[in-house]
Order: sequence, then structure tokens, then C-alpha cells
Amino acid sequence: MAANPNVIYMDNNATTRVAPEVVEAMMPYLTEAYGNPSSMHTFGGVVGQAIKEARGKVAALLGADPEEIVFTSCGTESDSTAILSAIRTYPEKRHIITTRVEHPAVKNLCETLETATGHKYRVTKLKVDAEGMLDMQEYEAALTEDTAIVSVMWANNETGVIFPVEEMARMARQRGILFHTDAVQAVGKIPIDLKNLDIDLLSCSGHKLHAPKGVGILYVKRGTLFVPFMVGGHQEHGRRGGTENVASIVALGRACELAMEKMEEENSRVKKLRDRLEESLLTSIPKSMLNGHKTLRLPNTANISFEYVEGEAILLHMNQHGICASSGSACTSGSLEPSHVLRAMGVPFTAAHGSIRFSLSIYNTEEEVDLVIAKMPTIIANLRKLSPFWKG
Amino acid sequence: MWEYTDKVQQHFLSPQNVGEVEDPSGTGDVGSLACGDALRLTLKIDANDIIVDAKFKTFGCASAIASSSVLTEMVKGMPVDEAAKITNEDIAQALGGLPKEKMHCSVMGREALEAAIADYRGLTLPKAEGEVVCECFGVTDIEIIRAIKESNLRSVEEITNFTKAGGGCGKCEDKLRVLLETTVGGKAQIVIPQMPQKKMTALQKIKKIEEVLEREVRPGLRKDGGDIELVDVDGDFVTVALRGTCKSCSKSQTTIKEYVEKKLREFVLPSLIVEENS
Repeated sequence: MAANPNVIYMDNNATTRVAPEVVEAMMPYLTEAYGNPSSMHTFGGVVGQAIKEARGKVAALLGADPEEIVFTSCGTESDSTAILSAIRTYPEKRHIITTRVEHPAVKNLCETLETATGHKYRVTKLKVDAEGMLDMQEYEAALTEDTAIVSVMWANNETGVIFPVEEMARMARQRGILFHTDAVQAVGKIPIDLKNLDIDLLSCSGHKLHAPKGVGILYVKRGTLFVPFMVGGHQEHGRRGGTENVASIVALGRACELAMEKMEEENSRVKKLRDRLEESLLTSIPKSMLNGHKTLRLPNTANISFEYVEGEAILLHMNQHGICASSGSACTSGSLEPSHVLRAMGVPFTAAHGSIRFSLSIYNTEEEVDLVIAKMPTIIANLRKLSPFWKG
Repeated sequence: MWEYTDKVQQHFLSPQNVGEVEDPSGTGDVGSLACGDALRLTLKIDANDIIVDAKFKTFGCASAIASSSVLTEMVKGMPVDEAAKITNEDIAQALGGLPKEKMHCSVMGREALEAAIADYRGLTLPKAEGEVVCECFGVTDIEIIRAIKESNLRSVEEITNFTKAGGGCGKCEDKLRVLLETTVGGKAQIVIPQMPQKKMTALQKIKKIEEVLEREVRPGLRKDGGDIELVDVDGDFVTVALRGTCKSCSKSQTTIKEYVEKKLREFVLPSLIVEENS
């Protein structure tokens, strides 16, 4: 299936285009350089060297030491590894702190830990306010001697809201509690410098920053007690068994290198595009509202609710114009309720069902934003004509 | 992405008969904003009981809009008696099928048609009575009070789990609390008394647990032919075994969590976790 050249891709929090430079960097490891990095011969050794270089590039983007980087298969594996490692390290501690707006990779794992152990584990899910922000007093009060780990996402995938994880990690460290952050949406979009932070564990996913799907990272701060999730060979210094996904690891290294180069652009040009799109839609379309904090937000994400219309219907009309985005409506998820993130924020149902997430990348252009700005008002107006609730 | 048939796409992208007929003979309103879909169907019916016009307004996804659109096409020109026989399967079939997760969209079409015909005939369908408390999910006070009584609910959280009320914006929480208090009286107020600062010894704890089981728990269980035994206490974890009729009861987990654990937390230690011996 060939990609449609007319696609306007604004769904980059779901996944991203693999950068051409990344494809180029990984290709040799899908063809001639097929050696096993653990082999004794030079043929394998050069592959091992490529992984070492990739590890260095990832570490550079995160402000970490290369030895602190463990390659995994995805963000979800990194999250599971981090949280399960913490509770195995401290089996006597039976409390976990997380938030109500986590990605299912953390949310469902914590819920399973609660239920599958017959409530031996207690999970505190921190509330968020109408702008999606946490109450730091509630957080401080939740930290106890029994807390094994705190797992709080760096940036929210649906709204782009950024949590104060630096400060939260500091508070956890003061009490000797491990701190994990799911930074899948943050890495590559905002600057991160782990060596100066109290974050013990951090998850990242390749395909959110223009590397292919099927590769992720777990950062484990030096000195952090660690129990592996995948037990097997000596790979990754015994922290993750299994022969390395060499091509994807090399790809991720290159993607991190590119992300560092483009960080400035992401936070200036992409942010400007996003701001223009957002302001224009909110002005030209009545009864529309922004979900999430206005400024404490990723530079690429805009989550906008169009009241009295339903998200799936909006997406399918956008699809007619080749515009790709996401929705927090119930119908798109197959459940009866809209997004848990928007519900936790108290977004009214009239708005939650009609929420659309636009997430941009460095590949988006002014022309694309112009087209979306031109098409959206008609799409919403046409659907509102059908809506029994619209008194326009 | 849903796999929609061409027919669904066609009706979704170019819906037929959008709007409301003037001076309708019958109107059917179903669904709500909370459910994510709602439909208003208006019918014009002539002196010979023939549906001469049908229009719709729908809030919902592609399949909800397509179901409504195809329904208006189906009923136009149809005698009312015949239209009354249309099932949701008929609607789905007219669209060449719907994904199974989306069948409720065709049900909504059938319900709206039923409601509109009932309205035309001057019948009242058994509608939800009472006053709406939770506007997000359209739950009435009567439904909530019934759930509190039937399922023995004791907290606002439980009401949300059973009825969905309060699960949206949460603005009705105070109303729910009032309903709960008036329905169950003082029983809703499970006040956890301040515990003495001094830590109990393991022996004191076990004795206290045994005492509370005897005084607060056993009488209720024995009345139903059941019983309970304390198996082990390990820190905050209390292991018990249910005996007699309780043992085979399908609600044993609820008994343990909702009844035994609450009593022990109330009278012994608020941090206790009760588990069944397996």
C-alpha cells in the first residue's frame, strides 16, 4: 500500500513518519551488516560498535550516561520494566503513586497490580484540575514510607500538558522513593537533562520521534537497584535479555541525534504552526474550546473540543480531505465513555465527545495548516446542522 | 479504524432527509449527549396512516448518522403499521451491515421510530420517571434510590459504579450524598474513629479482630446460615475463611470486601486489608 502524497499528517502523538535519514542509517543493518553484536568475530563486532554509538546518541539527547540506557521493544515494555522492577526491589512496600491521566501502559498495569494481587497493592491516582494540572499538595500528602514507586508521565499524550516531574522527582528522592516517568511524548519535543535531575527511571519510545515502531528505551539512573523484566542472555548488561533489535536501535540513535538538531525548530517553527492552527480554529469555530493548560504544554499538541458534534464523525470528514488526527470520543475507542484524560479534567460530555487532537511535527508546513484552517469550519458546521443539540 | 460499508459511508457523507418536518404527526427523541449519540426523528403521517415524510437530526458517529438517514429512506411512503415492524436488524441490513460494536446505532434508530409512532398514536411509552440527578448520564433519583436499596450501596463511589451517576463531570456528587443519606439514614456515615497513636501488638490486634468478628460480623452471617473464621493476621493483611452457606455464595468476595473489611477497618484499624483464604 503506497502512502498517499496528499495526506496531511497531524497525528504525531500516535506515531511519526520515520525520518529519511533514519531509514538510511538503519538500512545496512537490515542487509549486509547482519552479525550478532555479541559475537567474537569482527563481523559481529562492528554491529556491536553500532549499538554502542547509538547508545551514546540516545544518552546525549537525554543528558544521561550511555551505561544508563537500556534498549527495549517499546514504551510499554519500558514502563512495565520500571514499575515491576521497583516493586520487586522493595517487596515490603505496597503503595504506588500515579495519576488519573496516565497512558494505559502505566494506568492498566497499576490497576492490574491492585486487582490481581487481591488489593495487596494500593494505588493512589492523583487528580488533575480543569487544565489538566496536578495538585502538588495532594502529591506530597500521598508520599508515604510504604510507597515503592511514583510513576508520573512527563507530558500527556492527549492534551500535551507537561507535569512538573523535576520537582516531583526531587520530593520523592528526599523520602527515598523511586521516581519513574513515562516520557514517551516528551523526549525529542522538549529539552531533557537527566544528569541534573532526581528521576530514577524514564521510558521513551522510538516511533514517537521519527524512528520505527518496535524499539524503546528505559533509562536507569546509575546506582538504582534494578530487577530485569525480560530475563535471558547477558545483553544490555543483563538488564534486558534477548538479541538486540540492531537496525531499530541504530535508527533510534540517529533519530535522537536528529531530535537534538531539530529541538530548536520544534520549539519555534512547529510551535508557531500549532499556535496559528489553534488560535484560528478557536476563533473561526463557535463553541470550541482548548483542552489542557494554555502554556505548560508540548509545542506540537492542540486538543480542541467542538461542542455538540461527535469526534468520529469529524475525523471521517477530515479523512475525506486527507487530514489525519485523533479524537477522545467514545466512538473512536469502542468504549461507551470518552477519554479518561478529558473526564479526569472534568471536560463536559458535550465537549469531550467532540474533541480532536492535532499533533504536529517538523514535517508539517504552513500550507498544510492553511488547508486544515480552511476545511475545519465547514466540517463542523455541516455536522452541527445534523445535531439535535445545536441551536445555531 | 472501523470497517464501514460503502452504503454507510454514502449515507454518512451525504445524509438524506436532514432536519425536522414542519408540524410533525409524531416525534421520537432518543439517546443523550452523555451516551455520545442522540436522535430526533420527526414523521408526517397522512389521513390514510401513510408516512409521507420523515426527517432526522442526529448527534453521533458515522454509523449513527447513516442509520438515521437510511431509516428515513425506509419509512417514507410506508403505512404506519408496517413501519412499526421495522427492527434494528432491518436498519443494519439496509446499510449492508454494521460493525458489531456499532449495532447500538441501529437500535437507536428503531427506538426513535417506536417513540415517534407512539407519539403519533397518542400512547406514552414507559419512560424513565423521576428527576434527573446526573445530567451527564441522565440518571434519575428514582433509579439511584432503587440501586441504593437493591444493591445495598453505602458510598457515592458505589453509586457511580452501579448507576454511572456522578461518573461524568462529578457536579452531582453532593446531590448523590444527600440521596444516599436520606435513603439509608445514618448508616451512610461510616466514620472511622481516631485510632490511638500507640501501635497495637500483634496479639492485641488478633484479639481485637476476633472480638469484632464475633460481635459485628458473625450474627449477620449466621442469620443466613453462614459463618466466618479468622485464619491469619500478617501485618495489615487479615486472612479469613467463609463457612457454611457463605462459602459457596457467589457474593463471597463482596461480603469480604464490603462487609467484613469495612467492619474491621471501622473498629480495629483503618489500614486493614481482608482476604479470603483460598
